[in-house]
Parts: sequence; C-alpha cells; structure tokens
Amino acid sequence: MSILIDETTPVVVQGMTGDKGTFHAKEMIDYGTNVVGGVTPGKGGGTHLGRPLFNTMKEAVKATGATTTITFVAPAFCADAIMEAADAGIRLICSITDGIPAQDMMRVKRYLMRYPKDRRPMMVGPNCAGIISPGKAMLGIMPGHIYLQGDVGVISRSGTLGYEAASQMKAKGIGISTSVGIGGDPINGSSFLDHLALFEEDPETEAVLMIGEIGGPQEAEASAWIKDNMSKPVIGFVAGLTAPKGRRMGHAGAIISAAGDSAAEKAEIMRACGLTVAPNPSEFGSTVAGVLSSRPERRAAV
Amino acid sequence: MDVHEYQAKELLASFGVPVPKGAVAFSPDQAVYAATELGGWSWAVKAQIHAGARGKAGGIKLCKTYHEVRDAAAALLGKRLVTIQTGPEGKPVQRIYIEVAEPFDRELYLGYVLDRKAERIRVIASTRGGMEIEEIAKNEPEAILQVVVEPAVGLQAFQARELAFQLGLSIKQAQSCVSTIMNAYRAFRDCDATMLEINPLVVSKEDRVLALDAKMSFDDNALFRRHNVADMHDPSQQDPREAQAAEHNLNYIGLDGEIGCIVNGAGLAMATMDMIKHAGGTPANFLDVGGGASPERIATALKLVLSDSKVKAVLVNIFAGINRCDWVAKGVVQACETVDVKVPLVVRLAGTNVEEGRKILAESGLKLITADTLAEAAEKAVAACQGRLAA
Repeated sequence: MSILIDETTPVVVQGMTGDKGTFHAKEMIDYGTNVVGGVTPGKGGGTHLGRPLFNTMKEAVKATGATTTITFVAPAFCADAIMEAADAGIRLICSITDGIPAQDMMRVKRYLMRYPKDRRPMMVGPNCAGIISPGKAMLGIMPGHIYLQGDVGVISRSGTLGYEAASQMKAKGIGISTSVGIGGDPINGSSFLDHLALFEEDPETEAVLMIGEIGGPQEAEASAWIKDNMSKPVIGFVAGLTAPKGRRMGHAGAIISAAGDSAAEKAEIMRACGLTVAPNPSEFGSTVAGVLSSRPERRAAV
Repeated sequence: MDVHEYQAKELLASFGVPVPKGAVAFSPDQAVYAATELGGWSWAVKAQIHAGARGKAGGIKLCKTYHEVRDAAAALLGKRLVTIQTGPEGKPVQRIYIEVAEPFDRELYLGYVLDRKAERIRVIASTRGGMEIEEIAKNEPEAILQVVVEPAVGLQAFQARELAFQLGLSIKQAQSCVSTIMNAYRAFRDCDATMLEINPLVVSKEDRVLALDAKMSFDDNALFRRHNVADMHDPSQQDPREAQAAEHNLNYIGLDGEIGCIVNGAGLAMATMDMIKHAGGTPANFLDVGGGASPERIATALKLVLSDSKVKAVLVNIFAGINRCDWVAKGVVQACETVDVKVPLVVRLAGTNVEEGRKILAESGLKLITADTLAEAAEKAVAACQGRLAA
C-alpha cells in the first residue's frame, strides 16, 4: 500500500513554471506520478508539460480533483502558497522550498490547526527532498533510480543522507515502501512521529529507518512513542556526532542549543527505547539487513 | 545572524523598550565626545563583540572621569577580547558602547525564544537577573516564569501582567514592566528574531524598567525582508573563512582538521564529517553547496576550501537529487583549471546523471581519486591525507 502517495494520487505543482518546478515536474511525470496540473498566479489558462495551468489553487482543485500538492515556490511566498493549498481542500502538501522564515512556518502550523483533525491537511517539509513510494509515485526531487521497491519505510530530515541510505539498501537488495523527507527546518509540517504512526498501520511496511540529526526534540519524542506504540522494528541514526556545539550546521534546525540536542544524546535515547542504531552512516544498509534477517518470521523461513 | 549590544538596544528602543542613554564609538576620541554629549557622572565603557561574559573578561569598565573613559576605550579598541564564550582566539573589538551608568534597585531576567517543541514564541522571566539562566533553570526551576504566545493573536497584555506581578514589582514598576514586555515582544516578532535576551532587566529608582544589556539573534531566512537588521551585519566578528563563504552564499563552517569537505545537503555533510572521523581523519570544515549548485558554485566552493592552509586533502561527496552529477563534474574540472590544486582530491559522485558526471571526470585528464561509496570516499580521503594514497 505504501503511505501518503501512490500511482493514483492526483498532484498539482505549485510554481510549476519556474526552472526547478519544470525540471522536477518532468522527472515526476516520467517516474509515473499522476501530475494533473500546475498553479502559477498569472499563467492560468496556459499549459505546461502537457498539463493545464491555473491562477489559483481553488480553480485547480475544482478542475482536476487534485488532493495533493508540491510547492516549488520562493521562500518569500511559500507560506502563502501552503495556506492557499490548505484552504482549497488539499490533503497532502509537500514543500520543497528551503529558506522559509521560521515565524512563517509557526503561522502556517497555526493556520493548519484551524481545520478539525479529519479535514486537516498533512504537511511535509519544508526544506525537504519530498516523498517517494518506489515503483508507484514520486513527489519530490530525489533521483528515482536509486530506490528499490520493497517493505522498509524511511523517514529522514536530510534529503541527501536519505539517498545515501536508499542506495546502500538497494545494493543489498532491500527495497523501500515509502521514503518521507521531513526536512531540515526547526518548525516543520510533520515530525518523525507522524509518519511512524502511518508506517505502523501500513500493511506493506515491515520495518522503519529513522534518520535524524542534531537539534530539536523530534528524535526523542519519536523514540518515546516507538517504545510504547510501535510493533515493527525501527532502525535509527543521528548525523552530527562531530558537530561543534552552538553552530548551525547547514539546516536551520541543525544546531546543538539545548540539553538533548546532540547526536550522542539522541542515539542514546534511541537505544534506550529499543531502536537499533546504525553505528556510522556507511552502515545503513547492513544495519537494516541485520534487523530484517533477525525477525522471527524470516528466521523460520530459513 | 547576531548583532552587537548597541544594535539590539537601538532596535528595542525603536519599539519603545526603555534603554539607558548611550552612544557607539570607534575611537578613544569618539568615546570621550560621546560621554560629554550624553552627560551624566559615570559611564560604562563596553566592548562590542558577538559574545557574552564580557564583564568577567574585563570587557566592561566603569568610568568616573573623561580621562578614565579615554583610557578604557584605548585599552579595549583594536585588541581581541577573550571571554569564556569566544573560544581562545577571542573576538576583535572595533566598536565600543558608552552608556550612562545610573544606579538601579533590582536585576531581573527577560528572554524570548522561538520554542521548537511548542512551535511558538516563549517568554521567560525571572527575579534572578544578572546570572546565567541555564544555572537558574537547573538549580532553581521554580524561579523561572514562562508564558507561551498564541500565534493567532500574539502576546496578550494579561500574559505580560502575569509575569510582571509574579516578579514582585510595585504597581508603578509593573506598569512599566508590562509595557517593556509587550514592546520587546513586538521587536522580536517584527524583526524575525530567534532569540532575545535582556539580562539584566533593571528597575530604576524612578520605577522605570529598562534593558541594561541586550543580546539578539535573527532568523537568517528572514533577512530578505528585514533590511534594517541585515544592514547590521558585522563580518569582523566571524571566522574570516566563513565571512568569505557568506559573500559567495556558501554554507561553510570552519573547523580545525585536515580534510576539506564539499558536500551537498547538510545531513550528508555532517555524516561525511562523522565518516572521516570514523576513518581516522579530521574534517577541516563543514560545507553544504545546497541544491541546484552550478559549475561556478562548485568551483568557488573548491577555491574556498583550498584557501584553508591546514587542508591536506579534499573530499567532494555529491549525491545528486536537485543537483546533477554532470554539473558537479564540470565544476570540479573548471576549478582545477583555474586553481592550482596541490593536494589530493577525492571525488565521489552518485545520483542524478551519475554516468555523465563520471564520464566528464574520466575524460578530463585530471589526477583525481574517485570513489563509489561513502565509506570508500572517507577511507581514501584519510589515506590520501596521510600520504598513503596518490591519484
């Protein structure tokens, strides 16, 4: 089944006509994603990559029945684009954009709370690589060819570290059900916990790989939730063991500024909650393989 | 982005937060002139650097005469001030702040922070001003007062009153305090700050509540819409390598090791540093070239990393998603044509257009060490750095 997206999910691309929007919309279409239209204010009525263009999200949803968007919108306008998508009834909003002001995201999260839970959109990102359900659909900027379709779920703050993991797993014949990039910003649309809950319910997912980094409470929160709620095995990793304190390491959210923020502390919490922690970033594949092969069902099969 | 104390006070004052009278000076003459213009009978001469704990390091001097002001200014300006927060190299003092010193009755603490867990602005206050807030939080958690701001409506006056009355102030002092708390919040919100610390917040003999010190940090992602804040940037307070990187819009953090790194994506960059350490080497820097890096950008990144004299080998690790391996390869080739690369260069490419990228490198005729996996790349970089591997 995978989570969040599959080959039927109707997708609108916000900012489709820009350079990045055009390049990645084409990649997504070639991968098999059901891209049904694009929104660029002022270009409504035209077409792009064979899809209709609209001025507003409401028009796009009305004409295409889209349920999902991906934003390639500049930081200054992106919070607005996300809220417009929510207002138009979109259920899943994936924001690739890097550079949205933190207080804008604070207001976006608050805006999404105006909807009751059953109507509230899921937001993924910003500053993320996107979502891919290998063999089905790609909603992001990842290179599709590195993913093998399979039964391990992946959730990662870092895009490229997520690619590294996918690539190592593929080399060992291990495939992925869905890979979700939650992005590198301090305030994000959804956390590790939100997607772990979805993976726990997904019949196609047998195990989950969680790739964290320094800064913020989300790895610890997720670990605590896993201990009490997750039946499927979780492999964890935290980047930034060698990061100095107090420095922002690229991602706006990657900074050791409080107790519990460091990679060592987070890895310790993960272990204490029953996660298997990959010892270094070249052992994603081997650690996942080890966890999968030690599951009772698989041992019985051997 | 950080700013100096005097700049933070300027911003706060523009939002109506009371601050002592003061003026910035760049020379001992200016310092004396400032003191005469400001009036008063004694002045604090304060080194302006992007770090705290200046007092204990001799960076704040109390002066009672113009001669003392001149001497204090001369002793501070043009030198590096080392505090427990600056690291051993300290920071250069090029500006000082002359502030009228007036007696006050109480020292309080007032801080604002963007709380990631709550996803809201948190206002923190305490009667224990003039001390390290982390110490108080650890030893006397009950002395920390907090309110959280609801983003839909902003900080409300009742929340400021809650803090003010819990600080044990008189009615008149509480009124001044409420006004200060609300105005400082507006400064935080309207300047897109990520942190504002007023420590100490003092109560004057006339029952005014004012900011005796102010530290402010701002969201880099918001500087495009806060030109007045962006203009306050002082590159002298940064590591010169980082100041240079910022000029080229490169995400660079200087470290102390020998293996220069150029990576795309912050997580992979951190993981690459971790992997180098794991393989027995030391990373010289963190550098994230970001998404969509052009050949020119790669070339600039390479030149920047090579400008660090400690670098004995360079590792380029690009896993292309929004980037493309052929662009990276072109960038590496371009850079090697314009820069004399005297150290071993290890290049690992993977992802979008990887075959085109590898082809460009192979046909370039350059003496490169290539690797296919992260582990191989780190091991080869360490070996090359230690002289055990040549191109």
